[in-house]
This record gives sequence, structure tokens and C-alpha cells, in this order.
Amino acid sequence: MASLDRVKVLVLGDSGVGKSSLVHLLCQNQVLGNPSWTVGCSVDVRVHDYKEGTPEEKTYYIELWDVGGSVGSASSVKSTRAVFYNSVNGIILVHDLTNKKSSQNLYRWSLEALNRDLVPTGVLVTNGDYDREQFADNQIPLLVIGTKLDQIHETKRHEVLTRTAFLAEDFNAEEINLDCTNPRYLAAGSSNAVKLSRFFDKVIEKRYFLREGNQIPGFPDRKRFGGGTLKSLHYD
Amino acid sequence: MSFLIDSSIMITSQILFFGFGWLFFMRQLFKDYEVRQYVVQVIFSVTFAFSCTMFELIIFEILKVLNSSSRYFHWKMNLCVILLILVFMVPFYIGYFIVSNIRLLHRQRLLFSCLLWLTFMYFFWKLGDPFPILSPKHGILSIEQLISRVGVIGVTLMALLSGFGAVNCPYTYMSYFLRNVTDADILALERRLLQTMDMIISKKKRMAMTRRTMFQKGEVHNKPSGFWGMIKSVTASAPGSENLTLIQQEVDALEELSRQLFLETADLYATKERIEYSKTFKGKYFNFLGYFFSIYCVWKIFMATINIVFDRVGKTDPVTRGIEITVNYLGIQFDVKFWSQHISFILVGIIIVTSIRGLLITLTKGMYFVSSVLLIRMSMPLEYRTIITEVLGELQFNFYHRWFDVIFLVSALSSILFLYLAHKQAPEKPMTP
Repeated sequence: MASLDRVKVLVLGDSGVGKSSLVHLLCQNQVLGNPSWTVGCSVDVRVHDYKEGTPEEKTYYIELWDVGGSVGSASSVKSTRAVFYNSVNGIILVHDLTNKKSSQNLYRWSLEALNRDLVPTGVLVTNGDYDREQFADNQIPLLVIGTKLDQIHETKRHEVLTRTAFLAEDFNAEEINLDCTNPRYLAAGSSNAVKLSRFFDKVIEKRYFLREGNQIPGFPDRKRFGGGTLKSLHYD
Repeated sequence: MSFLIDSSIMITSQILFFGFGWLFFMRQLFKDYEVRQYVVQVIFSVTFAFSCTMFELIIFEILKVLNSSSRYFHWKMNLCVILLILVFMVPFYIGYFIVSNIRLLHRQRLLFSCLLWLTFMYFFWKLGDPFPILSPKHGILSIEQLISRVGVIGVTLMALLSGFGAVNCPYTYMSYFLRNVTDADILALERRLLQTMDMIISKKKRMAMTRRTMFQKGEVHNKPSGFWGMIKSVTASAPGSENLTLIQQEVDALEELSRQLFLETADLYATKERIEYSKTFKGKYFNFLGYFFSIYCVWKIFMATINIVFDRVGKTDPVTRGIEITVNYLGIQFDVKFWSQHISFILVGIIIVTSIRGLLITLTKGMYFVSSVLLIRMSMPLEYRTIITEVLGELQFNFYHRWFDVIFLVSALSSILFLYLAHKQAPEKPMTP
């Protein structure tokens, strides 16, 4: 049981985007029948075959930490949440395709999670400004998942998907768009399943196989963050 | 001519309020969400605008701005519109949105929302019967009828909120009630939280592994589906699945524990921040205000009890009485009438401002406002009362005061009880090592 190695992945996003349903789908291959408000953090475990189908295949436990709440929470709630952001190996950012604000809030979510090591009191000092360089150098693999795809009308689909493609590019991450109430989106062999598998493989690799000072996530670019006022020079 | 000027002034102010309400809606209430139905926003802003206009009219009444007849006209018009919105539109839309959220009734949305609205109207009407508000002179659909009903509901709600606020306010502001929180406490609690999460994880790992081996062996899927599935699961011996349900129960209990710990930790952080805040100047200032306010709240509760016990209704406005008492006590030559007018005006202003703030935070907006008007009447000296009485007709104001006192007292006492229990329960937890 505990003999397998483990990897910790955070699942972040606004309230009501479908993180709990997503986690349930990923871990138990079933649709969540009665979604309810997540208080605090709920964890689930997925058994993943690293490098499936090759001789180096190995099974790992992937812990999916589904942290509830919103970016606008009181700072006491944020400080409490910060205790879950320790030694994170990967982050899944979830947004609702029908709600633009949830996509915009993803920048703030990622900053909140990535800054955890920087500020010991857990109080955010940034104003949420987006820095592409910082994300480019970020060592933690990110994955962007858009939910409630079934609620987007056919005609608007193209526009929405273009927008999310830009979003994923900003994070330097892959993206998956699905509907958490329908398991066929993650059916084995589909492109989504392949992307997911690749993401988990990348997370495992970074954690166990590339040991060049990457145990503390995102550490090398902290200095750059301290000089935040100079960062906007590179912008297009 | 003056009527036109007055009307244009009123209309401009209404538009201003409308814009303000719209902005407030966007910025504060719905900061993190996207509003899909603009109807909601429009209705909110309209209600807000008209409610503010009513208060504006009261102020004009005191200051004697604008023509008397045009004021009267605007009063009537305003009241009509507000009642229309309150009683007809808002319940209908609430019903409509509730119904459209239930998937089953999606097709016949309109029909069901009409039914819901009719039910609401029925109960709304029934509400009037036990109360002494029906005066035989006026007909069924007159303004007095509607106002009286809205008034009852509004006064109840306002009394409930005031009761709770009167108790909660001193509790939160005064640092006397703040428990002492050290960093060590917080760290200890966080450690417990993480330990619980680890326990949950190890159990979930066992479950996931069991499910995987079951799946690989091609056993029957865990959840029995349908009637025959259930019969089969009774007879078939599947040790894996039995194990799973046991572990699942343990996991459920642990998850509940983790939620509790999370909430407690958040609570401790909040308390720590408040302690920090209370050491600053601003904090000390608010603490001081808190003491004053709590004295005021205690006085209000006391007065409510006296009113009920001695069967008395406040006739003179409290400021005038207060000034009379001080003047007699101090023996100073004081032009009571002059000062009381201004002070009561300021008091009314403060009530209005805090009402607006309270309005924007609570849910039932319109009823709150109409009932505020009814109760403000009590605080104003005699000469201002005439126009309000004229417009609102003969309503049994005494009844409202009594009803308010009763509900206020009940609400205050129950919130004292509630807060006492909550306060007592909390300090026990961090003590365990």
C-alpha cells in the first residue's frame, strides 16, 4: 500500500467550477452523484502507471488535493489554505467554460499556490499581476482543465475554445476541456486521456527523476519576484 | 412651474440612485461571479433607486424643501411603484428563477412560476388576518392593505436583524471577548490537520488499490445497480467490496474531522488578526466605540422589555426626552425645541444611512425600507408626522411598535443564548495536546 511512491497534485479553482466532480471522475472513474460544497480540502488518490506500456512501467499514487474556496476569501481563510500548498509537485487549474471570471481568477489562484514558500505568514503581498516570465520559469507542471463543456452552445464553442487556448498558453500548460458528468471525455485512448497521462508522467518525472535542485518547487525564480517592479519591461 | 422643477429634481436623483445601485451590485455583491441574467440587476437597481427616493422624501419633508403638494404627489407615486415591484414583480421573478433551476419542471417554467406566485399571494393575504390591521372603511386592494402586510413582514425581519445585531455587535467589537491565541496553538492545530489528511490519504490508497485489483481480476463492479444487482450483492461474497465500505465509513468520519479542524484553524487565524488589529490605534478607537454601542444595545433591550412589561408605547421621541432630562438635571437654559429639532434630524439621518448600509447587506430590501418608514415615524417629533400619516392612511402604528419590541426582544435573547453556547464550546478544543 504505502510501498508505492507518491506525488502531490493540487486542484485549484473557483467555487462551483466542478473540482470535486473532476477529482471523483479521475480517481474513481465514476460520475459524482451528489456534489456538495467543499469545506477545507478533500483528497483523493489515483493509481497511475508511469510510462505505461514500456519496460520502465511503474505504478505511483497520485494524490489529488482539492482545495475549496474562492480567491476573494478573507485572509484568515487564505492563511489556513496555505498549509495545503506545502511541497506540491503539480497543479491542475480548473475553470468553468461558461464563466469568464473563473478563468481570469486562475492567475490569482496560481500565484497564491506558487507563492506559498515565499511569504511565511501566508498573507499575499502581490497584487495579482501576471508575469509571463515567471510562469515560463516555473518548475511545477501545470494543467488547465475547462469544465461544463456540454453547456456551451455549438455556435459559441469556437470562440470559447480559442480563449481557453490562449489561457493555457499563458500558463505554459496543456489544456483539456470536458464535462465532468460524462466519463467518455476521459475514455482510454482519447486525446484527453493521453494529455492527462502525459501530465502525470511529467509530474512524476520532475519529482523523482530530475534532481537538479528542484525539490523545493519554483525556488530559482524567487529573486526575480522580489524585484517585481522591473518585470513589465519585456511585455509585448 | 415649480412642480416641474421639483419633478425634475426628483427624477435626477432617482437616476443617480439607480446608477449607484447598479455599480454597487457589480462591484460588491457580485465581484467574483458573472451575472448572466441582467433582469436581476435591473430589478435590484430599480428597487434600490425607489427606496432611496423614499428616504430622500422624508429628508425633504423635514427640511421643507420643494413644494408641499408636489412632495405629496411624489410620495404617493413612489409608494405605488415600490409596492408594485415588491408584491408583484420580485416574488414572481424569484419563483421563476427557482423553478428554472429545478430540472424536472424546465418545460413548463412559466406555468409553475405563476402557480408559485399565486401561492405566495395567498399566504401574503392570509398573513393579514390575525393582525389588527384591517379597517372596514377601505376596500380590498387599497394601498393601506398592501402596506400593512408588507409592514408586518418588514417589521418582523427588521426586529429579528436588529435583535441579532444588537447582541452580535458588542460581541465582535469588544476585545474583552477575544480569546488569547498564540502561534504555537495555530501550529499545533495545523499539524493535526495535516496528520488527519495523511490518514485519509493512506486509507484512500488502500481503497484505490483494492478497487484496481478487483477491476483487474474482472470482479463485479462495486456499486450494485438496479434491483437484481442488489439481490446478487447480498448472496455473492465479495470480501473486497465489504472491506471497501468499512474503509469508506472510516474515511467519511476522518473527512468530517478534517473539515472541523480546517474551520477551527481559520477561526484561530481570524482571532489572531483581530488581536493584532486591536493593538493599533484604529483598533483601539473601534473598541471604544464598541463599548458605547454595546451600552446602547443593552439599553435598547432593556427598553423593549419595559415596553412590553408595562404595556407602554413610545409616544415622545427619545431625543427630546433625553434633552429634557439633561436640561432639568443640569439646570441649564436650553432652547429645547430648537436643539431637539436639529438633533432629531441628525438622528434620522444616521438611521437612514445605517439603514441603507443594512439594506445593501441584507436580502429583503424593499420590505425593510417600507417598515423603516413606519418606524422612523416614531423617532420624529410631532409636526413631521402629519404628512406621513396622511399618505399612509390610518394604520395602527401602535401595533407595529409593540410587534417590533416583541420580536426584537425574542431575537436578542435567542442570539445571546446562541453566542454564549458558541463561545463556551470553542475554547475547549485547542487545549488538547
